[in-house]
Amino acid sequence: MKIALFVTCVNDTLFPDTGKAVVALLERLGHRVAFPPAQTCCGQMHLNTGYPGEAVKLVEAFTGAFEDCDAVVAPSGSCAAMVREWHARLAARSGRERLAERAAALAPRVHELSELLVDVLGVTDVGASFPHRVAYHPTCHSLRMLKLGDKPLRLLREVRGLDLVDLPDAAECCGFGGTFALKNADVSAAMCADKVAAVKSTGAEVLCAADNSCLMHIGGALGRQRSGVRVAHLAEILASTS
Amino acid sequence: MTARDDILARLRPAGGDPAAAYAAIPRPYLRRHHENGLLDLAAERIADYRAAVHRVTEADLPAALAAAFRPGAYVVPDGLPAAWTAGIDAARLAGPDADLEWAAGTVTGCTAVIAETGTIVLDHGPGQGRRALTLVPDHHLVVVRADQIAADVPDALARIDVTRPLTFVSGPSATSDIELSRVEGVHGPRTLEVFLL
Amino acid sequence: MTMPTYVGMPAFPKAARAAVADTRLRGNLAHATGTIRARRAAAVAELDDWAELRAAGKAIKDHTLAHLAHYLELLEERVTAAGGTVHWARDAAEANAIVTRLVRATGETEVVKVKSMATQETGLNEALAEAGITAHETDLAELIVQLGDDRPSHILVPAIHKNRAEIRALFRARMPSAPDDLTDDPAALAEAARRHLRAKFLSAKVAVSGANFAIADTGTVLVVESEGNGRMCLTLPDTLITVMGIEKLLPTARDLEVFLQLLPRSSTAERMNPYTSAWTGVTPGDGPQAFHLVLLDNGRTATHADPVGRQALRCIRCSACLNVCPVYARAGGHAYGSPYPGPIGAILSPQIRGIGSEVDASLPFASSLCGACYEVCPVAIDIPEVLVHLRARAPKRPAERAAMGAAGWALNSAARLAAAQALAGRGRRFARHARVPRAWTDTRDVPVPPAESFRAWWRRTRDGS
Repeated sequence: MKIALFVTCVNDTLFPDTGKAVVALLERLGHRVAFPPAQTCCGQMHLNTGYPGEAVKLVEAFTGAFEDCDAVVAPSGSCAAMVREWHARLAARSGRERLAERAAALAPRVHELSELLVDVLGVTDVGASFPHRVAYHPTCHSLRMLKLGDKPLRLLREVRGLDLVDLPDAAECCGFGGTFALKNADVSAAMCADKVAAVKSTGAEVLCAADNSCLMHIGGALGRQRSGVRVAHLAEILASTS
Repeated sequence: MTARDDILARLRPAGGDPAAAYAAIPRPYLRRHHENGLLDLAAERIADYRAAVHRVTEADLPAALAAAFRPGAYVVPDGLPAAWTAGIDAARLAGPDADLEWAAGTVTGCTAVIAETGTIVLDHGPGQGRRALTLVPDHHLVVVRADQIAADVPDALARIDVTRPLTFVSGPSATSDIELSRVEGVHGPRTLEVFLL
Repeated sequence: MTMPTYVGMPAFPKAARAAVADTRLRGNLAHATGTIRARRAAAVAELDDWAELRAAGKAIKDHTLAHLAHYLELLEERVTAAGGTVHWARDAAEANAIVTRLVRATGETEVVKVKSMATQETGLNEALAEAGITAHETDLAELIVQLGDDRPSHILVPAIHKNRAEIRALFRARMPSAPDDLTDDPAALAEAARRHLRAKFLSAKVAVSGANFAIADTGTVLVVESEGNGRMCLTLPDTLITVMGIEKLLPTARDLEVFLQLLPRSSTAERMNPYTSAWTGVTPGDGPQAFHLVLLDNGRTATHADPVGRQALRCIRCSACLNVCPVYARAGGHAYGSPYPGPIGAILSPQIRGIGSEVDASLPFASSLCGACYEVCPVAIDIPEVLVHLRARAPKRPAERAAMGAAGWALNSAARLAAAQALAGRGRRFARHARVPRAWTDTRDVPVPPAESFRAWWRRTRDGS
């Protein structure tokens, strides 16, 4: 199957290893990966910060870049949710009826990584090996907007050597929330501190999630505290074979 | 322009016929969550609220009520079946015009019971008395006939005339206002006893 | 459109900072919200058709809002026919003036009150005090707040920010009838409140209440409560004055079959709350013989006019969204600067008050958009959606507007994004010294941009292959 990668602007710019992991993983499973070069950003930051006018331009750019693709994968629950839950709605509210129709037609073909693997490709054992103790943080948009449920956990349970531990209060938000972390820094930091304490209580070596923005936030605090816990995107664990 | 006209003008225009639109509201929820064993369910759910539940025959009811009485008089509303209090010492019973503050309790019937939620519905008609009767005295004894038990909220509402004064009672008064920990017995009757016939 | 008690509140982040630093407050909130969360989940899980009830609740409220003028007129007609009197108030000042006039007409100088969000919103107690009328709050938590000259911090449990030891100390100091040996056992504290209020209930001539629901086609008004203080106020006085937001309507009594299932389970996590009272106008020989219903707009028609924001008027004030909100649990209710705290407050206050003040402009941003509120809302208010909608309307700082415009420009072209990435990659040695806001760096390390972006890597290794 030919799968178009929407790497997302955050991964593209700050976490290219996640994109590379998706490519390696899908190719290992026998699929072809394309990278439509016109892609940039899903527009979530602009929408959520109160700039829907800027965001709708990015909806148009995204739709133009991907509408010819049969399947699109995004290694970010949050960006996949933005495309699926918001693009058509935002275009319609901006009076862009034609764009809304195009975005609505594209949305069902856009998948978060674990959705692509479990629902579209029908695989849970991706042949990965990762001999570490791992805790999984479900991230809010993966959990509540995409309703990923246990798909990431089913994938992680099949990884050789991986010791999956329960994260207490896993469904609690880490406090990132995009510009929330800056506009409400004190509350954000308090939420992050509780998430970090929960992670540390598990004895995990690695905290895994399907979103690098949340991991950047939690990982930034884990690093500052010299906790010894590192963070890894789901794609990087699933791509791992050593 | 009056406030009334101003507010209504701001809310207009509304499109379409309200009655037709109302009738078209989908209601796919259940009419009841339990079909059978409603008497047992009602007994269990009422007891869950820490209200005492007694299952008695009509013949045994007066003795059961008298046994539950605390010292003092019990107010009896007009229209309460005479058989329910037959044989109880008349000095223990008071009419509905008694001073409620000094009454030990009240004996009433009810309009319906919602088995699912353990709720007693009073419409304050005959045998139930005006609202103050079941509010001010501290001990409320309610007699429920089996045919008054409705399975669930929708069933019960269908039996009730909402234009009557209504009180839905689920257990004794309670508060969770301190640290969200539940305390039974605040301003309403602090003890509720239910007699299922 | 005013909430007089909250004038001059600081923006949310500033107010929240103090709350976050108050470890006792955070402990009280975490304990209380943690308790109710689990209980609500169990109460909801008991009903197989919760999703259907929720959808029906949403549909009934949306229908009512779509035909609100029709149903308000119907309600007025039926209440009047049943012996009540209906009054209309455009704003808080009008509502307070009506209530003050009605109380004065009775010749009384004291009223007993049932917990009412609408009169919190209008600042009725303060307005009555100015007119020489004393309002006694009778809900236990409202009493705690009133005795402490405090503000409510939760819709259901206004004194949630206080623990039992603090309440005991308050009762000892401010409640003359409190016994010397009063303990901090919640049962003992509730008993003290019962004794304190008993005489007031039995002698009160005028009561003021809110309303949870009103039935348009019968003129019936309902109050849902737990303690029995509501029944006391609704039954014993001669005159009852009910202040109700215009959005509290339901078309027919049948709709109660949905809402009397949704509300108790979402709110107090019970199958049914201990007491629900319903009355239709006046009933000869039973209860108040004079009934006044004050219908309050106070910004609701403006909210109604916004097609996205209107859904906030579906709210039935259950407070489930507060109890699951991670921001509320850390910031507490006072930071929201309104009687409506938490997620629902963040979308309701800026709409009914307008988004002009500092606190109202900050409220739409007082959320990480985690979506827990939407998930539990019994009438499916998409609170994150309304927050995002209001963020667009909130005033912006010029610097932020410029930065977001620049980011939008760079992100709107793959070439410009690649150029920006190359710049970041070359500057990575300096990244640790880059101007990342201190709000981030105070507690978190900053990621260092990689030498090569993903798209650069792809172009270098894949393109042309």
